[in-house]
Formats: sequence, C-alpha cells, structure tokens
Amino acid sequence: MSLLEVDDVVVQFGGVTAVNHASFVAEAGRITGLIGPNGAGKTTCFNVISGLQKPTKGKVRFDSKTVTNMPVHRRSKRGMGRTFQRLEAFGSLSVRENVRVALDIHRGLLGLVKPGAADLDALLERVGISAYAAERADSIPTGTARLLELARCLAGEPKLLLLDEPSSGLDESETGAFGDLLKDLAAGGCGILMVEHDMDLVMKVCDEIHVLDFGSVIASGLPGAIRSNPKVQKAYLGYSDEAPDESAALVGTHHDPALHDTSVLPVVPDEIGAVR
Amino acid sequence: MSSFISFTIFGLVSGAAYAIAASGLVLTYTTTRVFNIAHGAFGMVLAFVFWDFSERQGLPLWFSLVLVLLVVAPAAGWFVSRFVTKGLGEAPVSSSLVVTVGLFVGLIGLAQQIWPPEARFVPPFFPETSFQLGDTFVTAHQLITILSSIVVAVLLYLLLNRTRIGTAMRASVDNPELLKLFGGKPEQVASLSWAIGISLAALGGVLLVSVVGLDYYALTLLVINAYAAAMLGRLKSLPLTFVGAMGLGLLTSYASAYLPTEGLLNSVRNVVPALFLFAVIIILPQAQLRIGQVKGIVSAPLPSLGKSVGWGLALLAFVGLLAGSASQANLLLVGTAATYAIVMLSLVLLTGYGGHVSLAQLTFAGVGALAYAKLDQPNLYGLVLSALIAAAVGGLVALPVLRLTGLYLALSTLAFATIMDKMIFQADFAFGFNGTLPAGRLSILGTAINSTGGYVFAMSVFLVLVAWGLLLLRRGVLGRMLIAMRDSPAACGTLGLDMRWFRVGLFGMSAGIAGLAGALFAGLRGTIGSADFQSFNSLPLLLLAVVFGVTSITGAVLGGTGLMLLPVLSSGDPQLGGLLFAVIGFGAVFAGRDPNGLANLIFRTGRLLEGRVAPQVLARIPDLPGRGARRRGRGADAPGDGSVEVPLSQLTLDPNVPVEEKEVGAHVASRG
Repeated sequence: MSLLEVDDVVVQFGGVTAVNHASFVAEAGRITGLIGPNGAGKTTCFNVISGLQKPTKGKVRFDSKTVTNMPVHRRSKRGMGRTFQRLEAFGSLSVRENVRVALDIHRGLLGLVKPGAADLDALLERVGISAYAAERADSIPTGTARLLELARCLAGEPKLLLLDEPSSGLDESETGAFGDLLKDLAAGGCGILMVEHDMDLVMKVCDEIHVLDFGSVIASGLPGAIRSNPKVQKAYLGYSDEAPDESAALVGTHHDPALHDTSVLPVVPDEIGAVR
Repeated sequence: MSSFISFTIFGLVSGAAYAIAASGLVLTYTTTRVFNIAHGAFGMVLAFVFWDFSERQGLPLWFSLVLVLLVVAPAAGWFVSRFVTKGLGEAPVSSSLVVTVGLFVGLIGLAQQIWPPEARFVPPFFPETSFQLGDTFVTAHQLITILSSIVVAVLLYLLLNRTRIGTAMRASVDNPELLKLFGGKPEQVASLSWAIGISLAALGGVLLVSVVGLDYYALTLLVINAYAAAMLGRLKSLPLTFVGAMGLGLLTSYASAYLPTEGLLNSVRNVVPALFLFAVIIILPQAQLRIGQVKGIVSAPLPSLGKSVGWGLALLAFVGLLAGSASQANLLLVGTAATYAIVMLSLVLLTGYGGHVSLAQLTFAGVGALAYAKLDQPNLYGLVLSALIAAAVGGLVALPVLRLTGLYLALSTLAFATIMDKMIFQADFAFGFNGTLPAGRLSILGTAINSTGGYVFAMSVFLVLVAWGLLLLRRGVLGRMLIAMRDSPAACGTLGLDMRWFRVGLFGMSAGIAGLAGALFAGLRGTIGSADFQSFNSLPLLLLAVVFGVTSITGAVLGGTGLMLLPVLSSGDPQLGGLLFAVIGFGAVFAGRDPNGLANLIFRTGRLLEGRVAPQVLARIPDLPGRGARRRGRGADAPGDGSVEVPLSQLTLDPNVPVEEKEVGAHVASRG
C-alpha cells in the first residue's frame, strides 16, 4: 500500500473545476514529482491532501488510513508536513524561533521540555540556513524562507513531505545542494511529493512523475518517459515532437477537447504506468 | 388569530428591512473581505440625513429619498472604499475590524455633533393609507418595505448574474489578483459594491426609522440583526441571508408578542437577534484556514528584563507619590485609569499578541465585578475567583465559535455584550434593573486596605504584576506560539497545532484579566452597577487601546489613562462628547492599520535619544568606579536591542555577505 493515495479527487470552485478526477500515489522513501502548467490544479491538490481544502468528491488515504475529513493538524500529527507556494513563514519571529515553534508544537505544550539548542541548530544546519538564524523571517530572501519552511516541517519528523515549488528563489548551486538534500531525506525513508517548475531538478531527483493538466492526471511515469511523452509536451509547450501537424494550433491547445474532456483520456505509451 | 397575522406581518416587515441592510453587508464583505461593523452606523447617519433633507430643510419626500439613496450613500460608499478600506481585505482581520469599529464610533460621534440630541420624528411613508387583509390592516409603509426587499433581491440577482460587472464582482470574491490578470478592475468592483452596500444600509435605515425612531444607537446596533441574518448564509449567500432576515424578523416579532412580560423571559425579547446569532454559529460548518494572508507585523520591541522591572517600579513609585498627595476625587480617577489599563492589557494579550478582536472586553470586566460583589469575599481568594469566573465566561463565549474564524469570534462578542447588557446585568439575580450592588474594599492577607490612596496603590501593583506576567508569557513557548498563530494560522495547522482549544484558552485568559480589573474596580468604587460596564463602551476602549498601541504595555497604560480622561474632558461641555467620539473613531480609522500605535512613536523617540543624546551625556559624566563597567555592558547591548537600523545596514554593506551565501550552499552540498 502506498504512503499517500489520492483517489478520484474533484474540487470545484463555483463553476470552475480546479481538480478533475485526479488520482495518483506517492511512496515512502521516494521522490514523486507533481508537475503541470500554471493553473493545472497542483496547489489545490496539495491543499486537499494537507486538509486546507475539502474536496468536492474523492478520497485521500495517508499511511493506510482515510484522512479525507481529518482536520489539518491531525494529519500533521500523523506525519504529514508541507511547505507553501505563497510563503507562510512566521514573519515577526526570527528564523530560529520559527523552527523552535515547530519543535514546540511537535513535542506538545504539556511536554514543556525546552527543545535543545542542539536540535534547533542541527535542523538549521541541515537545510543550510544557519547563517540567517537570528534574522526576522520576513526579511530573508525568498529561497531561504522556503528552506526555512522545510526546516520547520523536518522538526515534526514527517513521513511525507509536500513541497510546493521549493526551489524557486534558489540559485543554481543552491538548487543542486537542495536536490541532494531531498535525495538524502528520501534515502532516510521519507516520502516526498513535490510541485516544481524547475524541470532540471525534477528530472534529476524524481523517482516518479505525475503530470496534471486542467485538473486531470494526463500522464504518470519515470522521468525519461515523461520527458518524451507527446501529451506532456503538448500541455507544456503547446506542441509535441510526435505530432507536428498539431503544432500549428499553438495558441489554442489549452482548449483542445481531447485533453480536457475526461471521457477522452489520453493514450499513454506502454512504458508509462498510466493511472487510469 | 388576527393578532397572530398582524404579528406575522410585522415580523415580515422588519425581516424585509433587515434583509435589505444585510444584503448590503454581504455584498461589501464578499467582494472586499472587509466586514463593515459600521454598516448599521451608516444606516443611522443616512437616516439622519434623510430627516435633515425632508423635515428640516423641507425638501419633497421623494427627492430627499433619491438624494440619500442615489447620491449621498453611494458617494459615502465610494469614499470609504477608496480612502478607508482600500487594501484592508488582505490585512489581518483584526485591522479591518478595528478600522470599521473606528467608523462605527466615529459616525456616532459625528451624528451627535451635527444633530445634537432632541426629539425628532420621521413619519412613515403614506401614513394615511392602509389596506385591509382579512381582519388586519397593512399600512402602505409596511407594503413598501416588503416590496422594496423584493425589488432589491431581484436587482441584486440580475446585477450579479446577468451583467459583466456582476460577474467581476463574483470573481473578485475568489481571487482579486486573478481578476486583475484577466483585465478586471478590483478597485472599481470594490467601489461599486461599497456604493451599493451603503445605499442598501441607507434604505434599511430609512425604512426602519419610522418604527425604531431616530436614535444614535438603536439604528446603529441593527447591524447585529443584519449580520445575524447574514451568518445563516455564512456571510456569502444572498438567498440564505434573505431567509435568515425573514426568520429573524418573525422570531423577534413573535417574541415581543408572546413572551411573558415578567421575569428573565421578558428581557429575552430584547436579545433575540444575539441569541439567533449564537444559534446560527453553532450550526455553521467548520471553516477552512485561509492561506497567504498576513505579513509579519513589526511589533513593538520587547523590553529587556531590566527595563521591565525598572519601569514597573517607577510606575509604582509614581502612583505611591500620588496616593500620598492627591485628592480623593483624583485618586478615584487614577484608580479608574488603572482599571482601564488592566483591561487594555487583556487586549494586548488577545489582540496585540494573538491577533484576535473582542468587542466585549468591558463586559468581561463587568462579569468580574459582578462576581466580586456577589461573592462578598473582599480578599485575594474572592478576587482570584472573580477573575476565574470571568475567564470561564470568556471561554464559554469562544466555545461555540471553536470551528470558525476570528471574524465570527469578534462578531459573537458584540452579540454577547448585548445579551449581558440587556438581559443578564439587568436581571434581579445580578445588578437588578438600573440597580447597584455594594462591594467591599480588598483586604490582602488579612490587612484591609481602607484608604483610597492605599487601594489605588494596590491596584497599580496588580497592574504591574499583570504586565510582568504578560511579558514573561510573550518571551516563552506560549508567546512564540501566539505570534506564530497570528502570523500564519495555515502554517500552524500544517505543523500540527490544534488552534481551536488554544484560542478558547487565550480568550478565557484575556477575559480573566479583564475580570480582575472589574473586580478591583468594584472594590475601588464600593458600589457597582450595570451602567459602569455598558457594552458600547468596549468599543472606544478597543479603539484607544489600538491608537495608543495594543502591542505594548506602554500603550495599554497610556490608553487606560486616555480612556479615564474622556468623561473628565467632556464633563464640562456635553457637546464635546460627540466630538471626542468622532476624533477617537476616525483616529482609529487611520491608526488601525498599525497596531503598535502611539507607543511605538515613544519607543522610536526613546531609541533616537538613546542613540544620539545618551553618548554625549554619558561622556560628560565623570566615570565613577563601578558604574563604568555597567554602562559599558549596556552600550554593548544597545545595537542589537535598540536600533534595528545599525545591524541591517552593516549586513547589507558587509562585503562578506556573498561569501556567507556561498557557505549556505556549501552546507547543503555537504549533506549529499
């Protein structure tokens, strides 16, 4: 059984369908990428998984328990951590205090055991932001704040990490180091589900990738297969290598009924394990 | 039977007027995310304007109506959306509440200033005309009210569903940024919805004024009826708001018809809307956490331990001096200031640290005072027990709102204050109708404090103790967690914090501190009554707390003094009362976005002096043996503690920064 199973989830806002019968899984000890063009429903999926958004339909199972109606904090207590695309750092606290709050929450108020300075320093060191420890969280660079959110999650010793565009704001060398950190975490048994726009990073670190477009999973598989998948190329680039005649309709592709009508699911090449 | 029908008609008529006002409230809230507590106050002021046009200046009725509804009200709405509430939707809910409470108080002050109290009468429309319906009569005014609500419902439906701007209005509810990207203009949408919203408030006010009477408070507090109705639709759905308004209108009407005229049930009729609100809150489903809202607030700096102790002792010494020299009347004023300051400290905890708003803090003080007088134990035990009772009541108020957001909590405190005011405090088991209760002076460890001077000193000791307690709390685990919850509830949730019970605890603790203040106040005065804790006065209290700075102890002490001075200032000239309200209200409208308030100005000046003047002064004082070392120690603290600018500029100019960043990368790299 997978660590996380998203099963046929639908989210509708008024008349708009943000997530349309999406199903995918993420495994423990592996890095799973969730990619797709802007507005594909990736962050909404994250909100459903972490409990910030109730799905209109569908189920979420985490660690062999259905958590669809579980409050946000209880999912976290069961081992789910997440970061945010729009930063949610505690702006008026210092970087160090941010992580300290996370440790306090994780250990429970009644414990009242002061989190050891060593634990705090180790967390800051692990994501590489020790140099910013004393600064207010709303004054540090975006990339650093994303790492801070990761450090906060790690304080809870999560089984599953949901990372929403974690590398945006990092420079090339920092991104490389960040990728290594993710691999390291996965090697330690943590499952990682990551929404990311940096394709180099995704292709380099992900064990499996799911592609969302208009709220539906249009492809799932290994990085290499995803890269050459014509449907994915089309969703991203507006044309695909294998269907040159369709590239003429470059602008109109987002309205291609073949992609967005759920009754006409894309044919996915054999080597890609399609979810449906 | 015919009386039942006539009460039903009366209920439907009031329901129709509530529905009109409530739909305006819902429209402005959904499109701009600013909940306008002053909605009823706008209705009140515009009803006065209508009276002014039609009665005082003698303009034709229809012309006055057109002027008010289509010119003055929309202009006021446009002005507010452009210059007062712009951008507030993205600010913490505490800011938008404080700003609109500022409008609320300011508008009442303005109305008192322009139209001083005198008997005014607004006749109903077509007073001579009525229609027979079976055994009962329906007046033309009643018919017009019901028809107006139907017309408003139809027009709003058409606007929102059949026009481009209406679609944009609905879109701006979900995502104003996205609307901008698609070529919409959120500012225009906001202005339009405020113009319509205030116009609807005016229509509601004009329709009700012949029933309720032209009164500063009665019409203003109708906002409670409006938002109680709107809550049935979760402040979003217009059809459910109409259903809620009609239901509330009928309930109110039946309550006034069929409830007994004796005992506690008699007073229930005055608080039906507030009870309705609590009932609705209990059945509302769990609210979802909002993502991406609050930026870190630059809070007032936390004083060092030495500074806290020093200033606390200085305050005590000052009050001690006053206690020995001031007259009895002035001592009572100092004691009152201390009371208000402690109540404001409870707001420092709740609003300054926790980001929640209570519109009933003085009512909690009243609960403490009532408990103290009823317990009749004028000692520490009685005092603590009174505070605990107030804390329990505070927790109880927060309990039904457990699953909802801070806005609902604030709104329910206003309803709670009304219930206490009109029902509980006036009841025979409490202060009694317009009655008072005796309360004894506190005795501490068997020693009675009989002199007013001594008692006032004891009060300031409690003030300082509470302040120290808050500062300790702010430095510890709880304080950090409060700030974290204020900055990002979503992050706290995903980190595993169950904020619901935390909030009940926070609210209870804050109410307990207010209750302590009330109990001390009861002992100071000797007799205490419901008039001392009128619910409305919680609003200027909140506003002054914010204007003087709700994030710091200094702000609370200054604010308490300011609030004590208000009646003193206006006692010489009753006219001044309205003006003061207007000044405080509109002052809070401008200061409400910065909860650090005036206190922060003092801190900044202090730091400036410390940075510029202190070194010069110190340089001229000959270095005494033993003192030099201490001074050097403080000097070393100063850059990190006092002036923020110095380390920042050092950081940005520091040539080592790029190297540091590389090191950051290297740390991560070394992990792989």
